[in-house]
Amino acid sequence: MWKEAVDYLTYNLLSLEGHAGEALNFFIYDTFKIWFLLVTIIFVVSYLRTHFNTEYVRAHLQGKSQLYGNVLAAVFGIITPFCSCSAIPLFLGFIQARIPVGVTFSFLISSPMNNEIAIALLFGLFGWKITALYIGFGLLVAILGGFIIGRLGMEKYILMDVKPMEGELDEVKITLTQRERLQEAYDYTKEIFQKIYLYVLLGVGIGALIHGYIPADFIARYAGADNIFAVPLAVLMGIPMYSNAAGVMPLVEVLTSKGMLLGTALSFMMAVTALSLPEAMILKKILHIKLIATFFGIVGLGIIGIGYLFNFIL
Amino acid sequence: MKIEILGTGCKKCKDLEIVAKEAVAKIGGFHSVEKVEDIQKIMDYGVMSTPGLVIDGEVKSTGKLLSVDEVIALMKG
Repeated sequence: MWKEAVDYLTYNLLSLEGHAGEALNFFIYDTFKIWFLLVTIIFVVSYLRTHFNTEYVRAHLQGKSQLYGNVLAAVFGIITPFCSCSAIPLFLGFIQARIPVGVTFSFLISSPMNNEIAIALLFGLFGWKITALYIGFGLLVAILGGFIIGRLGMEKYILMDVKPMEGELDEVKITLTQRERLQEAYDYTKEIFQKIYLYVLLGVGIGALIHGYIPADFIARYAGADNIFAVPLAVLMGIPMYSNAAGVMPLVEVLTSKGMLLGTALSFMMAVTALSLPEAMILKKILHIKLIATFFGIVGLGIIGIGYLFNFIL
Repeated sequence: MKIEILGTGCKKCKDLEIVAKEAVAKIGGFHSVEKVEDIQKIMDYGVMSTPGLVIDGEVKSTGKLLSVDEVIALMKG
Protein backbone atom coordinates (compact mmCIF):
# COMPACT_ATOMS: atom_id res chain seq x y z
CA MET A 1 0.00 0.00 0.00
CA TRP A 2 2.77 2.36 0.98
CA LYS A 3 4.62 1.33 -2.20
CA GLU A 4 1.63 2.28 -4.38
CA ALA A 5 1.23 5.62 -2.62
CA VAL A 6 4.86 6.53 -3.22
CA ASP A 7 4.67 5.30 -6.82
CA TYR A 8 1.64 7.50 -7.38
CA LEU A 9 3.37 10.50 -5.84
CA THR A 10 6.58 10.25 -7.85
CA TYR A 11 5.31 9.03 -11.21
CA ASN A 12 1.86 10.63 -11.43
CA LEU A 13 1.75 13.71 -9.23
CA LEU A 14 5.33 14.83 -9.84
CA SER A 15 5.45 13.02 -13.19
CA LEU A 16 9.12 12.17 -12.83
CA GLU A 17 10.72 9.60 -15.06
CA GLY A 18 13.99 7.74 -15.46
CA HIS A 19 16.86 8.12 -13.01
CA ALA A 20 15.46 11.06 -11.05
CA GLY A 21 12.08 9.39 -10.60
CA GLU A 22 13.61 6.12 -9.54
CA ALA A 23 15.96 7.79 -7.07
CA LEU A 24 13.22 9.92 -5.49
CA ASN A 25 10.79 7.03 -5.35
CA PHE A 26 13.36 4.86 -3.61
CA PHE A 27 14.32 7.65 -1.23
CA ILE A 28 10.79 8.43 -0.04
CA TYR A 29 9.75 4.80 0.14
CA ASP A 30 12.80 3.62 2.07
CA THR A 31 13.15 6.57 4.44
CA PHE A 32 9.62 6.37 5.77
CA LYS A 33 9.57 2.61 5.88
CA ILE A 34 12.77 2.52 7.93
CA TRP A 35 11.71 5.35 10.22
CA PHE A 36 8.47 3.55 10.93
CA LEU A 37 10.22 0.26 11.66
CA LEU A 38 12.85 1.92 13.80
CA VAL A 39 10.28 3.63 15.99
CA THR A 40 8.18 0.46 16.33
CA ILE A 41 11.04 -1.92 17.08
CA ILE A 42 12.91 0.42 19.42
CA PHE A 43 9.72 1.03 21.35
CA VAL A 44 8.99 -2.67 21.75
CA VAL A 45 12.57 -3.52 22.71
CA SER A 46 12.91 -0.70 25.19
CA TYR A 47 9.61 -1.70 26.78
CA LEU A 48 10.80 -5.30 27.18
CA ARG A 49 14.04 -3.94 28.51
CA THR A 50 12.35 -2.39 31.52
CA HIS A 51 11.93 -6.00 32.66
CA PHE A 52 15.49 -7.16 31.94
CA ASN A 53 18.13 -4.65 32.95
CA THR A 54 21.81 -5.42 33.22
CA GLU A 55 21.59 -6.02 36.96
CA TYR A 56 18.89 -8.61 36.36
CA VAL A 57 21.04 -10.34 33.74
CA ARG A 58 23.99 -10.48 36.10
CA ALA A 59 21.95 -12.07 38.84
CA HIS A 60 20.78 -14.71 36.39
CA LEU A 61 24.18 -15.49 34.93
CA GLN A 62 25.77 -16.05 38.28
CA GLY A 63 26.90 -19.58 38.97
CA LYS A 64 25.94 -21.00 35.56
CA SER A 65 28.22 -23.61 33.98
CA GLN A 66 30.66 -22.62 31.21
CA LEU A 67 28.88 -23.35 27.94
CA TYR A 68 25.38 -22.83 29.28
CA GLY A 69 26.53 -19.49 30.67
CA ASN A 70 27.90 -18.49 27.26
CA VAL A 71 24.61 -19.30 25.54
CA LEU A 72 22.55 -17.50 28.17
CA ALA A 73 24.82 -14.44 28.11
CA ALA A 74 24.61 -14.20 24.31
CA VAL A 75 20.81 -14.46 24.37
CA PHE A 76 20.52 -11.83 27.12
CA GLY A 77 22.73 -9.65 24.93
CA ILE A 78 19.89 -9.30 22.42
CA ILE A 79 17.53 -7.58 24.78
CA THR A 80 19.83 -5.49 26.96
CA PRO A 81 21.09 -2.11 25.89
CA PHE A 82 24.70 -1.49 25.23
CA CYS A 83 26.53 1.74 25.41
CA SER A 84 30.30 1.72 25.26
CA CYS A 85 30.33 4.22 28.14
CA SER A 86 29.00 1.53 30.46
CA ALA A 87 31.35 -1.21 29.24
CA ILE A 88 33.67 -0.85 32.25
CA PRO A 89 31.10 -1.03 35.05
CA LEU A 90 29.50 -3.90 33.20
CA PHE A 91 32.71 -5.84 32.82
CA LEU A 92 33.80 -5.31 36.40
CA GLY A 93 30.32 -5.99 37.71
CA PHE A 94 30.27 -9.37 35.99
CA ILE A 95 33.71 -10.30 37.28
CA GLN A 96 32.69 -9.20 40.74
CA ALA A 97 29.78 -11.62 40.61
CA ARG A 98 32.30 -14.36 39.74
CA ILE A 99 30.89 -14.75 36.25
CA PRO A 100 33.72 -16.26 34.15
CA VAL A 101 35.59 -14.00 31.72
CA GLY A 102 34.43 -16.07 28.75
CA VAL A 103 30.76 -15.69 29.67
CA THR A 104 31.28 -11.96 30.17
CA PHE A 105 32.75 -11.72 26.69
CA SER A 106 29.82 -13.62 25.18
CA PHE A 107 27.63 -10.88 26.54
CA LEU A 108 30.02 -8.16 25.46
CA ILE A 109 30.04 -9.47 21.88
CA SER A 110 26.32 -10.16 21.59
CA SER A 111 24.98 -7.00 23.20
CA PRO A 112 26.26 -4.38 20.72
CA MET A 113 25.91 -6.73 17.73
CA ASN A 114 22.24 -7.45 18.40
CA ASN A 115 21.25 -3.90 19.23
CA GLU A 116 17.74 -2.78 18.37
CA ILE A 117 18.82 -0.15 15.85
CA ALA A 118 20.76 -2.67 13.77
CA ILE A 119 17.93 -5.19 13.97
CA ALA A 120 15.28 -2.65 12.96
CA LEU A 121 17.38 -1.49 10.02
CA LEU A 122 18.15 -5.01 8.86
CA PHE A 123 14.51 -5.95 9.06
CA GLY A 124 13.44 -2.88 7.13
CA LEU A 125 16.11 -3.17 4.47
CA PHE A 126 16.64 -6.90 3.98
CA GLY A 127 13.55 -8.62 5.36
CA TRP A 128 13.16 -11.15 8.12
CA LYS A 129 15.27 -13.95 6.62
CA ILE A 130 18.49 -11.99 6.54
CA THR A 131 17.67 -10.51 9.96
CA ALA A 132 17.24 -14.01 11.38
CA LEU A 133 20.53 -15.13 9.81
CA TYR A 134 22.28 -12.08 11.21
CA ILE A 135 20.96 -12.69 14.72
CA GLY A 136 21.55 -16.45 14.55
CA PHE A 137 25.12 -16.21 13.37
CA GLY A 138 25.73 -13.22 15.63
CA LEU A 139 24.76 -15.42 18.58
CA LEU A 140 27.02 -18.18 17.30
CA VAL A 141 30.01 -15.82 17.17
CA ALA A 142 29.20 -14.53 20.65
CA ILE A 143 28.83 -18.00 22.15
CA LEU A 144 31.89 -19.55 20.51
CA GLY A 145 34.00 -16.40 20.85
CA GLY A 146 33.25 -16.17 24.55
CA PHE A 147 33.80 -19.88 25.01
CA ILE A 148 37.23 -19.76 23.34
CA ILE A 149 38.30 -16.66 25.28
CA GLY A 150 37.21 -18.48 28.44
CA ARG A 151 39.42 -21.43 27.55
CA LEU A 152 42.50 -19.30 26.95
CA GLY A 153 42.90 -18.49 30.64
CA MET A 154 43.16 -14.73 30.19
CA GLU A 155 42.05 -13.70 33.68
CA LYS A 156 45.54 -12.36 34.37
CA TYR A 157 45.04 -9.68 31.73
CA ILE A 158 42.34 -7.93 33.70
CA LEU A 159 44.25 -4.98 35.05
CA MET A 160 41.94 -4.01 37.84
CA ASP A 161 41.65 -5.88 41.06
CA VAL A 162 38.04 -6.78 41.65
CA LYS A 163 36.96 -8.10 44.98
CA PRO A 164 34.56 -10.95 44.35
CA MET A 165 31.34 -10.61 46.24
CA GLU A 166 30.57 -13.05 48.97
CA GLY A 167 27.63 -15.37 48.49
CA GLU A 168 24.75 -14.80 46.17
CA LEU A 169 24.33 -11.35 44.80
CA ASP A 170 21.25 -9.36 45.59
CA GLU A 171 19.39 -8.09 42.62
CA VAL A 172 18.89 -4.36 42.60
CA LYS A 173 15.12 -4.21 42.73
CA ILE A 174 13.41 -1.27 41.17
CA THR A 175 9.69 -1.75 40.71
CA LEU A 176 7.94 0.20 38.02
CA THR A 177 4.29 0.59 37.16
CA GLN A 178 3.01 -0.25 33.67
CA ARG A 179 2.67 3.48 32.99
CA GLU A 180 6.26 4.15 34.00
CA ARG A 181 7.50 1.36 31.75
CA LEU A 182 5.61 2.75 28.75
CA GLN A 183 6.82 6.24 29.56
CA GLU A 184 10.39 4.99 29.74
CA ALA A 185 10.06 3.17 26.42
CA TYR A 186 8.59 6.30 24.85
CA ASP A 187 11.39 8.53 26.18
CA TYR A 188 14.06 6.15 25.01
CA THR A 189 12.54 5.75 21.55
CA LYS A 190 12.33 9.51 21.16
CA GLU A 191 15.91 9.97 22.30
CA ILE A 192 17.30 7.35 19.90
CA PHE A 193 15.20 8.48 16.99
CA GLN A 194 16.33 12.07 17.39
CA LYS A 195 19.89 10.85 17.42
CA ILE A 196 19.74 8.75 14.26
CA TYR A 197 16.96 9.95 11.95
CA LEU A 198 19.34 12.22 10.08
CA TYR A 199 21.85 9.42 9.52
CA VAL A 200 19.09 7.27 8.09
CA LEU A 201 18.04 10.13 5.82
CA LEU A 202 21.61 10.62 4.68
CA GLY A 203 22.30 6.92 4.20
CA VAL A 204 19.12 6.34 2.25
CA GLY A 205 19.75 9.55 0.27
CA ILE A 206 23.17 8.46 -0.89
CA GLY A 207 21.77 4.98 -1.41
CA ALA A 208 19.02 6.43 -3.60
CA LEU A 209 21.57 8.20 -5.79
CA ILE A 210 23.55 5.00 -6.20
CA HIS A 211 20.33 3.14 -6.84
CA GLY A 212 19.24 5.51 -9.56
CA TYR A 213 22.50 6.45 -11.23
CA ILE A 214 25.22 3.86 -10.80
CA PRO A 215 25.08 0.87 -13.15
CA ALA A 216 24.34 -2.49 -11.62
CA ASP A 217 27.66 -4.17 -12.34
CA PHE A 218 29.81 -1.34 -11.02
CA ILE A 219 29.96 -2.55 -7.43
CA ALA A 220 30.12 -6.17 -8.49
CA ARG A 221 33.41 -5.44 -10.19
CA TYR A 222 34.97 -4.38 -6.85
CA ALA A 223 33.09 -6.24 -4.15
CA GLY A 224 31.58 -9.09 -6.11
CA ALA A 225 32.40 -12.74 -6.42
CA ASP A 226 35.70 -12.24 -8.22
CA ASN A 227 37.36 -10.42 -5.37
CA ILE A 228 38.29 -13.05 -2.81
CA PHE A 229 39.53 -10.39 -0.39
CA ALA A 230 36.18 -8.61 -0.33
CA VAL A 231 35.14 -10.18 3.00
CA PRO A 232 38.19 -9.33 5.14
CA LEU A 233 38.34 -5.90 3.53
CA ALA A 234 34.71 -5.28 4.38
CA VAL A 235 35.38 -6.30 8.00
CA LEU A 236 38.33 -3.93 8.30
CA MET A 237 36.28 -1.09 6.87
CA GLY A 238 33.48 -1.81 9.31
CA ILE A 239 35.55 -1.33 12.48
CA PRO A 240 35.64 2.49 12.61
CA MET A 241 31.97 2.93 11.67
CA TYR A 242 30.22 1.92 14.85
CA SER A 243 28.43 5.14 15.70
CA ASN A 244 27.09 5.41 12.18
CA ALA A 245 25.36 2.06 11.83
CA ALA A 246 22.13 3.90 11.06
CA GLY A 247 23.65 5.60 8.04
CA VAL A 248 25.83 2.73 6.87
CA MET A 249 23.22 -0.01 6.66
CA PRO A 250 20.99 1.64 4.02
CA LEU A 251 24.13 1.96 1.89
CA VAL A 252 24.95 -1.71 2.29
CA GLU A 253 21.50 -2.66 1.08
CA VAL A 254 21.98 -0.67 -2.11
CA LEU A 255 25.44 -2.14 -2.62
CA THR A 256 24.03 -5.66 -2.44
CA SER A 257 21.42 -4.76 -5.05
CA LYS A 258 24.31 -3.62 -7.22
CA GLY A 259 26.17 -6.89 -7.03
CA MET A 260 27.92 -6.98 -3.64
CA LEU A 261 27.63 -10.52 -2.30
CA LEU A 262 25.36 -11.03 0.67
CA GLY A 263 28.03 -12.73 2.79
CA THR A 264 30.33 -9.77 2.29
CA ALA A 265 27.51 -7.43 3.27
CA LEU A 266 26.67 -9.49 6.35
CA SER A 267 30.31 -9.52 7.51
CA PHE A 268 30.54 -5.81 7.00
CA MET A 269 27.46 -5.10 9.07
CA MET A 270 28.56 -7.41 11.85
CA ALA A 271 31.94 -5.68 11.93
CA VAL A 272 30.23 -2.30 12.13
CA THR A 273 28.27 -3.28 15.23
CA ALA A 274 30.45 -5.85 17.00
CA LEU A 275 33.92 -4.39 16.59
CA SER A 276 33.89 -0.89 17.89
CA LEU A 277 37.03 1.14 18.20
CA PRO A 278 35.69 3.48 20.91
CA GLU A 279 34.70 0.46 22.98
CA ALA A 280 38.21 -0.98 22.64
CA MET A 281 39.71 2.32 23.77
CA ILE A 282 37.49 2.38 26.84
CA LEU A 283 38.18 -1.25 27.74
CA LYS A 284 41.90 -0.56 27.48
CA LYS A 285 41.65 1.16 30.86
CA ILE A 286 40.92 -2.13 32.59
CA LEU A 287 42.09 -4.81 30.16
CA HIS A 288 45.55 -5.60 28.88
CA ILE A 289 45.98 -4.95 25.18
CA LYS A 290 46.59 -8.67 24.66
CA LEU A 291 43.12 -9.52 25.86
CA ILE A 292 41.52 -6.81 23.71
CA ALA A 293 43.51 -7.99 20.69
CA THR A 294 42.40 -11.58 21.33
CA PHE A 295 38.80 -10.41 21.61
CA PHE A 296 38.98 -8.46 18.34
CA GLY A 297 40.91 -11.24 16.63
CA ILE A 298 38.47 -14.00 17.52
CA VAL A 299 35.38 -11.97 16.68
CA GLY A 300 36.98 -10.67 13.47
CA LEU A 301 37.90 -14.16 12.30
CA GLY A 302 34.45 -15.46 13.19
CA ILE A 303 32.77 -12.73 11.17
CA ILE A 304 35.08 -13.28 8.20
CA GLY A 305 34.31 -17.00 8.34
CA ILE A 306 30.58 -16.28 8.24
CA GLY A 307 31.08 -14.00 5.24
CA TYR A 308 32.90 -16.66 3.24
CA LEU A 309 30.41 -19.32 4.24
CA PHE A 310 27.52 -17.21 2.98
CA ASN A 311 29.18 -16.19 -0.22
CA PHE A 312 29.81 -19.85 -0.83
CA ILE A 313 26.32 -21.22 -0.15
CA LEU A 314 24.02 -18.39 -1.24
CA MET B 1 18.51 13.45 52.29
CA LYS B 2 21.71 12.32 50.73
CA ILE B 3 21.55 11.94 46.99
CA GLU B 4 24.35 10.22 45.14
CA ILE B 5 24.82 10.11 41.39
CA LEU B 6 26.79 7.07 40.25
CA GLY B 7 28.66 7.54 37.01
CA THR B 8 32.11 7.27 35.53
CA GLY B 9 31.90 10.42 33.46
CA CYS B 10 29.54 9.74 30.60
CA LYS B 11 27.36 12.57 29.33
CA LYS B 12 24.15 11.24 30.85
CA CYS B 13 25.84 10.98 34.26
CA LYS B 14 26.80 14.64 34.22
CA ASP B 15 23.33 15.58 33.07
CA LEU B 16 21.73 13.60 35.88
CA GLU B 17 23.86 15.45 38.42
CA ILE B 18 22.53 18.76 37.10
CA VAL B 19 18.97 17.41 37.15
CA ALA B 20 19.38 16.22 40.76
CA LYS B 21 20.63 19.66 41.82
CA GLU B 22 17.69 21.31 40.12
CA ALA B 23 15.34 18.91 41.87
CA VAL B 24 16.88 19.77 45.23
CA ALA B 25 16.59 23.49 44.51
CA LYS B 26 12.94 23.04 43.55
CA ILE B 27 11.94 20.96 46.54
CA GLY B 28 13.82 23.11 49.07
CA GLY B 29 15.26 22.03 52.39
CA PHE B 30 18.68 20.65 53.08
CA HIS B 31 19.78 17.82 50.84
CA SER B 32 23.22 16.94 49.59
CA VAL B 33 24.01 15.92 46.04
CA GLU B 34 27.21 14.03 45.51
CA LYS B 35 28.73 12.59 42.36
CA VAL B 36 30.33 9.18 42.87
CA GLU B 37 32.94 8.46 40.23
CA ASP B 38 34.97 5.80 41.99
CA ILE B 39 34.23 2.61 40.08
CA GLN B 40 34.76 0.48 43.18
CA LYS B 41 32.08 2.40 45.08
CA ILE B 42 29.70 2.13 42.15
CA MET B 43 30.31 -1.61 42.12
CA ASP B 44 29.57 -1.78 45.83
CA TYR B 45 26.08 -0.52 45.11
CA GLY B 46 25.68 -3.36 42.59
CA VAL B 47 25.03 -0.92 39.76
CA MET B 48 26.35 -1.59 36.27
CA SER B 49 24.29 0.60 34.02
CA THR B 50 25.18 4.19 34.70
CA PRO B 51 24.00 6.74 35.62
CA GLY B 52 22.62 5.45 38.87
CA LEU B 53 20.65 7.44 41.40
CA VAL B 54 21.00 6.58 45.06
CA ILE B 55 18.95 8.20 47.80
CA ASP B 56 20.05 7.64 51.41
CA GLY B 57 22.02 4.57 50.41
CA GLU B 58 19.26 2.95 48.39
CA VAL B 59 19.51 2.50 44.61
CA LYS B 60 16.45 4.12 43.06
CA SER B 61 17.22 4.17 39.37
CA THR B 62 19.84 2.84 36.96
CA GLY B 63 20.79 3.46 33.37
CA LYS B 64 18.64 6.43 32.61
CA LEU B 65 18.58 10.17 32.67
CA LEU B 66 15.65 11.11 34.86
CA SER B 67 13.69 14.34 34.63
CA VAL B 68 13.58 16.85 37.49
CA ASP B 69 10.05 15.77 38.38
CA GLU B 70 11.01 12.11 38.40
CA VAL B 71 13.85 12.79 40.82
CA ILE B 72 11.49 14.77 43.06
CA ALA B 73 9.00 11.89 42.97
CA LEU B 74 11.75 9.46 44.01
CA MET B 75 12.82 11.79 46.84
CA LYS B 76 9.28 11.97 48.13
CA GLY B 77 8.46 8.32 47.63
